[in-house]
Amino acid sequence: MKVGVVVFPGSNCEFDVVEGVGNAGGDAELLWHGDSSLGDVDAVVLPGGFAHGDYLRPGAIARFSPIMGAVSEFARGGGPVLGICNGFQVLTEAGLLPGALQKNAGLKFLCRSVDVRVDSTRSGLTSGASAGQVLRLPINHFEGNYTCDQHTLDALQAEDRIVLRYVDNPNGATDNIAGICSPEGNVVGLMPHPERASDELLGSTDGLVLLRSFLAVADRV
Amino acid sequence: MAGCGQVTSFPVLVEVTLRPGIADPQGATIERALPALGFDSVEGVRVGKAIRFTVEAPDAETARSRVDDLCQKFLTNPVIEDAKVTIE
Repeated sequence: MKVGVVVFPGSNCEFDVVEGVGNAGGDAELLWHGDSSLGDVDAVVLPGGFAHGDYLRPGAIARFSPIMGAVSEFARGGGPVLGICNGFQVLTEAGLLPGALQKNAGLKFLCRSVDVRVDSTRSGLTSGASAGQVLRLPINHFEGNYTCDQHTLDALQAEDRIVLRYVDNPNGATDNIAGICSPEGNVVGLMPHPERASDELLGSTDGLVLLRSFLAVADRV
Repeated sequence: MAGCGQVTSFPVLVEVTLRPGIADPQGATIERALPALGFDSVEGVRVGKAIRFTVEAPDAETARSRVDDLCQKFLTNPVIEDAKVTIE
């Protein structure tokens, strides 16, 4: 079982994700955004950073990277796809997840740890966690303010697709949303960084339950 | 048709703005700062971006339809933004 971590020009969390996946007991390799194939990986992570400099909008250019065709096809076929921070922004721009990430309310770049609550365990990222479980995870973003229209929000709520909510909303996100999933649950996007909470040395291991869930789902596909 | 194969270069201005109802933290911050700087009676500040380029097309109508397509697919995120296109 192998996880592919996509590197865009401007990504900066790819090695953290490789380490985090390793800490969770998995194997990860880097994939280049300019390739059009995912090779033989069983799961894909779009890591944090500033893909293509975040020019125009975060994720706006990354979604046209050659590898995104393969990522979309993989996602549509039920493959586990995880977008962390900038990766979440790329997934929304690519139309693999609904809504958009707006500038934080208060216009501050936020770099600190926050509490997030697991509100749905039906996604590939949260299936091994317990509903109501609170995790302490780092956030590191300027555009993390989740926004969508009422119709989309109604659907997300009705279909139990809001997987993580902030306990104390740091960025103005609609309905305190920190992470959502696709209707099938295999595509997940979140603003917090579970890979940065995957070792005692980092101050928290709360991200491991999420990464292990993701690996377990990838193993079953 | 006359001038078959001829294309014209049309200057284009695309103004990207947040859709009504979408919170604009930049606009709100600017508006809050204005009274302290001595600018009163300013309301409804909204921040967007202006993108200028030229597009080659046989006529203005074709140019507009190409730019509309470009706005929909790339220059705006239709979830949160609108575009006003001016072909000059």
